[in-house]
Amino acid sequence: MASVAAPAQPRRRRRTKLQRRQTRIAWLLLLPSLAVVALVALYPLGKTVYQSFTDQEFLALTPTKWVGLANYRQLIHDAVFRGAIWETIKFTLITVSFEFALGLAIALVVHSKFKGRGVMRAVMLVPWAIPTVVAAQMWKWMLDDTYGVINDLAMRLHLISHPHAWIADPSTSLASVCAVDIWKTTPFVALLLLAGLQVIPQDLYEAARVDGANMLQQFWRITFPLLKPAILVTLIFRTLDALRVFDVFYVFFGNAPNTQTMAIYDQFTIVGSGHVGYGAAMSVAIFLIIAVFVVIYVTLNRVREA
Amino acid sequence: MARPVSRTRRLRKHPLGRLVVRTPFYVLVAAIFVYALFPFYWVLRSSFTPEAKLFQTPIKYWPSPATLDNYRAALSSSFFTDALLNSVIVAGSVTLLSLAIGASAAFALGRFKFHGRSFVLYLVLSMTIFPQIAILGALYTTITKFNLYDTLGALIFSYLIFTLPFTIWVLTSFMRTLPGDLEEAAYVDGATPLQVFWKVLLPLIAPGLVTTGLLAFISAWNEYLYALSFIQSPSHYTVPLAITSFTISGTGSNFAVPWGAIMAATVIITLPLIAMVLLLQRRIISGLTAGAVKG
Repeated sequence: MASVAAPAQPRRRRRTKLQRRQTRIAWLLLLPSLAVVALVALYPLGKTVYQSFTDQEFLALTPTKWVGLANYRQLIHDAVFRGAIWETIKFTLITVSFEFALGLAIALVVHSKFKGRGVMRAVMLVPWAIPTVVAAQMWKWMLDDTYGVINDLAMRLHLISHPHAWIADPSTSLASVCAVDIWKTTPFVALLLLAGLQVIPQDLYEAARVDGANMLQQFWRITFPLLKPAILVTLIFRTLDALRVFDVFYVFFGNAPNTQTMAIYDQFTIVGSGHVGYGAAMSVAIFLIIAVFVVIYVTLNRVREA
Repeated sequence: MARPVSRTRRLRKHPLGRLVVRTPFYVLVAAIFVYALFPFYWVLRSSFTPEAKLFQTPIKYWPSPATLDNYRAALSSSFFTDALLNSVIVAGSVTLLSLAIGASAAFALGRFKFHGRSFVLYLVLSMTIFPQIAILGALYTTITKFNLYDTLGALIFSYLIFTLPFTIWVLTSFMRTLPGDLEEAAYVDGATPLQVFWKVLLPLIAPGLVTTGLLAFISAWNEYLYALSFIQSPSHYTVPLAITSFTISGTGSNFAVPWGAIMAATVIITLPLIAMVLLLQRRIISGLTAGAVKG
């Protein structure tokens, strides 16, 4: 932790008084932020938990009743929600592993010194900067079954013999959504890993070379262990992001029943159908599912460190 | 394993040998380059291709004849220009609010010692990974109750949930890297904490403010879930809502979708973002890594 500079304290005996004053000022400075966090995050979170135990409907004429665990019981037997969980987890596993593998490869390439390295780093920020819905839109057009460039390229390269309906065909629909996310996010993952690579001291590699270690040995013995913290943080952030995916799926499929993610089904339940109580129970469930992943990562980290 | 190393070293000394060693590497670099940028090329190409030609096979890789009709179509509809204005209002207000509130919190968290400091830091960190969908219903009913439904105010209010914690976190890490001497000198000269904040610290973290501001702006500009849920009338649409409103109709065909105008709109809304990102490239990377890797 970096040193925190305190205001100058010329005389020791005034310290407690000064400290008390400091604490007061600090909390005053924090007040607006804490108020906003309480209002925009903590209060709605508490309210969501409360709503999940009621039968609240949006703009209902009858008053809202407390229904205990009824929403959760219904949720357990909800096949659509189960399908949505499964779809989301498949998406998460596919995109996070591709983005990590490709991102690491790209980071290693861009980490070496070459002409145009600055340009490459700038180019890598471009897909990250554009809105996800716009990226999805671009790919939807590129994947068009008749006029899309992907079909044209694939046919020119003789990978396929006739145009394929990538998005409509259930066997490739998930893959085409994943392709958008991988394209948009891999460069970002690469940049995070690149930042991790840059803090590894160069003399470690020089020493290894003197000792006759080859490139692969250098990677496994130096790069990988020292990059592990950066890798872990990147994986956590990506996983949490992927689990709440909404935009890409929505642009590609709307809320078509077989291609819903957890977030889409929940959004539609609350805003589309107005089932606020049931949607709140779903929100809590999603929150818990994401929390399970956080716990898995954190314990994995602990076990490795021990 | 010393031999192959020395052999490549010898190869590198000769210009032609260097070419042999480096070619596969540059092929790889070129592949990454094309992968990252080809979709943009395709958007540009489609935006300059006449609408009728877009729906012809075999497809052409170069717009000939090139046309500006798609841009005219996109910019002449008040639908799209309204959305641009709405997005600027929303993303701009959210950014300014987050910076103003976040900077004062970062001052407290980065430059003061007090009880509860690490608790607040943990609270802020846990907020940065907060799933927005988890509070959608509660926000929806609250926003309706306060008559904010279908207003830009609803978005400005709710977007703070993801911009503010991130802003506090990154600005705090910027605050901490500053040396204490200047500030101490100011205190010795009798400056109040508020003066120190305005006159000493704020100018020093100006680069940090630019970076976090840009990141907050981009995330607010790109937000979709809340905009979709809290906005109803097309005149209040933000850019992501406007640009997707033509195409979302399930998995049907893309027939009758004005792809040319959409692609032109895409160019118009992404070029400023790309320009800002390229200009501030280094700072963004340092800001992102302060937010993610060091956290």
